[in-house]
Amino acid sequence: MSAAPALEPEVAAPALALRDLELVYRVRGRDREVVRGITLTVEQGSSYGLVGESGCGKSTVALSIVRYLPRNGRVVNGTLEVAGRDVLALKGEALRLYRRDGVSMVYQNPGAALNPTLRVARQVEEVFALRKASRSEARERAMAALREVHIADPDSVLRRYPHQLSGGMQQRVVIAMALATDPSLLILDEPTTGLDATVEAEVIDLIAELQERHRTAVLFISHNLGLIRKACRNVGVLYAGELVEEGQTEQILHDPRHPYTVGLLRCIPRGGLRKDRGKLDTIPGFLPPIGADLPGCVFVHRCALAEEICHTQKPVDHQLGGGHQSRCHFHERAQSLPRDTASIPVEKPAHERGETPLLDIDNLAKTFSQDGRDIKALAGVSAMLWPGETLGLVGESGSGKTTFARTLLGIVESSSGSVQIDGRSLPAKLTDRSASDVAALQIVFQNPDSALNRRHSVRRMLKRTLAKLADVTGREADTRADTLVDQVRLPERALSARPTALSGGQKQRVAIARAFAGEPRLVICDEPTSALDVSVQAAILNLLVDLQESKETSYVFISHDLGVVRYLSDRIAVLYLGRLMELGPAETVFEPPHHPYTEALLSAVPTIDGAQRTRIELEGEIPSAADPPSGCVFHTRCPRFLGTICETDEPPLAEVEPGHLMRCHIPIEELRASQTSGEVPVRG
Amino acid sequence: MSENIPTMPVLVDGPPAAQSPLLPHLDSPTRVRRETLKQILRSKTFVLGVIVTVFWVVCAIFGEWIAPYHPIDESFGTFSYESPSWDHPLGLDRNGRDVLSRIIVGARSVIAVAPAAMLLGVGAGSMLGLVMGYFGHWVDNVVGRFLDAVLAIPLIVLAIFVLTALSAGNEGISVSSWQLIVVIGIAFTPPVARTVRSAVLAERDLDYVQAARLRGERSPYIMFAEILPNVTGPIIVEATVRLGYAVFTVATLAFLGYGPQPPSPDWGLQIAEQYADISLAWWAVVFPALAIATLVVAINLIADSVQQVLDE
Repeated sequence: MSAAPALEPEVAAPALALRDLELVYRVRGRDREVVRGITLTVEQGSSYGLVGESGCGKSTVALSIVRYLPRNGRVVNGTLEVAGRDVLALKGEALRLYRRDGVSMVYQNPGAALNPTLRVARQVEEVFALRKASRSEARERAMAALREVHIADPDSVLRRYPHQLSGGMQQRVVIAMALATDPSLLILDEPTTGLDATVEAEVIDLIAELQERHRTAVLFISHNLGLIRKACRNVGVLYAGELVEEGQTEQILHDPRHPYTVGLLRCIPRGGLRKDRGKLDTIPGFLPPIGADLPGCVFVHRCALAEEICHTQKPVDHQLGGGHQSRCHFHERAQSLPRDTASIPVEKPAHERGETPLLDIDNLAKTFSQDGRDIKALAGVSAMLWPGETLGLVGESGSGKTTFARTLLGIVESSSGSVQIDGRSLPAKLTDRSASDVAALQIVFQNPDSALNRRHSVRRMLKRTLAKLADVTGREADTRADTLVDQVRLPERALSARPTALSGGQKQRVAIARAFAGEPRLVICDEPTSALDVSVQAAILNLLVDLQESKETSYVFISHDLGVVRYLSDRIAVLYLGRLMELGPAETVFEPPHHPYTEALLSAVPTIDGAQRTRIELEGEIPSAADPPSGCVFHTRCPRFLGTICETDEPPLAEVEPGHLMRCHIPIEELRASQTSGEVPVRG
Repeated sequence: MSENIPTMPVLVDGPPAAQSPLLPHLDSPTRVRRETLKQILRSKTFVLGVIVTVFWVVCAIFGEWIAPYHPIDESFGTFSYESPSWDHPLGLDRNGRDVLSRIIVGARSVIAVAPAAMLLGVGAGSMLGLVMGYFGHWVDNVVGRFLDAVLAIPLIVLAIFVLTALSAGNEGISVSSWQLIVVIGIAFTPPVARTVRSAVLAERDLDYVQAARLRGERSPYIMFAEILPNVTGPIIVEATVRLGYAVFTVATLAFLGYGPQPPSPDWGLQIAEQYADISLAWWAVVFPALAIATLVVAINLIADSVQQVLDE
């Protein structure tokens, strides 16, 4: 008996065990602490989610597990074991074998993880060839691996090059390769960023299913708590390189015990929250820089509950039962964290719509020609937009959202149709537009890094924009620049900074200030928060609401985050293959009855509260705009497909309720009945 | 004009503790610059490269004052080779002139031409690259094919061809510094243009360019005020690397006779005049050759360090 435990130590060993792991990056000649002592365990066959904002050390932890830290990174303390093996001690051949058999990693961008010059077959078979499988055996196992990730036609996928596959398909291939070897640990580093919500939902379901079947331990890194909730039983919250809270996912979501977790959960627009019902809460301040000297609690600078002790003494991990632990001196009152923004409802004057809309868009269309084929990116969209109103634009990538925005701006010249602004016709080409029309329509881009010239100071950008769009120069421009910076709530010192010295959220504020410099009538927001952390996103959304209120600016808001769209939009337009499928007041579109496509989009969104919705599966991918399906363009994927009529006749965009337009053959009452019944439609 | 500023709690700044630095999550730009500078100065290769290069530049400027003897003074002995001695540490050349003095003063002809040629090549190349990358389409095609044509001819062949044509009608070959600068500069334009073009292509699609168009900026402003400052990194690297090439090219052309004429103490010319006697008097060939080598290597060391720092 006494010797028995020693015989099989490996069985009991957890899939991943980090103990007091400390990591530094050497930057400009100095070691800077990135991971400040993390202890966590992922049991065999279980799933663990790691959340935190960018820069908190999530990916560094992942890279250290596969021993792929950048050259300037180094473990300075602690241990790292995978399935009982001391990973930090591995060298040469042992390290290679460990990477081959012990651990697999799926990265953020599947396009970059696959070799663009080799066919998929070669790359998947390689995994087996490395294990001395013969050629025919490798091919067979590759086929089986792809079938396992629900690729219906593995033969044709294997024959293609990665760029011929969609992002979702690429990620399936990568996951198939990662799992092919039955690793002890599978690391997923933001595996669905950059994928559409519908595809994201499929990939997450797939991961959950495979994890169940293979009993592989999974370390899931994400900033999206909804995804983690779907995929992981346990979750750890990382902040400034420390694990501040850990526990079962449901526990953490419903009973958070660290002020950071509390704040993070409050930032997310959820539960149908809308701008007229109150502001989003935010987390003030910034993540401390790597290598910062943090003698006390790492969150102290941003915590409204902080007291003297928090500055001087590091909190211990308080055990709260059931594996729930919090590294906070005052964990028992973490949930009493005062709000950072007032929760009072925003007083919004009732919009009396004037006689003329700001924009009257009539049958706007854009056809690109590529390799002699016509691609109808925008196939006739008509809509009106009133002053001070937000029109949300949703749809998968390839649905025409961006083309619509660019056509309005005049960067892309429309092929047909017209746009009227204040009742005057707006020239299709940007260079034909008058200075005041150019100033009237502005944009806030998705990626603030790319939207700001990194060599120009904020002052220079704003003053130049003022000179061009508002015809304001000299002293007055300086005053106006001050005002703008103040309006987007940046400190005045930001004026002399260059973008490289600003955080992502600050850059986006500068981009917003620039868009507002010429007193625009309409600002197009093209996924303005998708590159930002949720806490920053909340602050930016609040800012957009404030500016809209004070300036009566209209927005066209593009996003694939439906929670965000719902929060900000007055009306919502759902696009599919360049056509409007549904258009109506936000509340109406989000509540049944809605278009079957809208219904499927909504069901794909992971929630952090309430019961998970059952996802309605959309078959296949969005068809090519070069060769759209006959009849209703959605019929090939529609879960509520009626029959021949859908294949032959394109339904008109009909007003089914006052102000609610929909393009569907199914009668509205029938949709209402079936969508409220709770039954999940499955295509027969 | 009254701006309507809502009185809201300030969202950006946190509690007082987090308020002091503007950007608590990033190091300040001046600090980054200072640390980068410190790091570059700590790199031994960079320091060595700078020391050697500065040494030769000083020789080029103050040659006559530094050199122990006059470079074309033949009055030391036998009017012929003499091996290194205390009086003449690098020996005497075939006319009995002091090799050390000739090398020191000879730095001038290379250093007067190479940087100017590099500047011309990098300047013209940057402009062309900017235009090609920004406009694309047929502009890129037309200019690109023209540059390909220039690139197809090897550098030295091209230079010899042009320089010979330029000195037609004169007695023998006479090449002025200006001609050298222009010819080498033109020969350097295509590779620089290509590098800059690819850097511009990456910038052109960034949203800030579109943002500039959306406020009605014209192409020249976008090219020079928006894009150019963002491609200075590759241009600086290209400039340092080209400088090394330029030194080598100038020396090679001088060796071939397309440069200063006797009795000039030019390095390439010294080698050309005496390499046949290398078994007899190695010092008269090896030391000028070492001078060329040290300068080229030193410039490349600088180029490497600059590239490394810009890459980080």
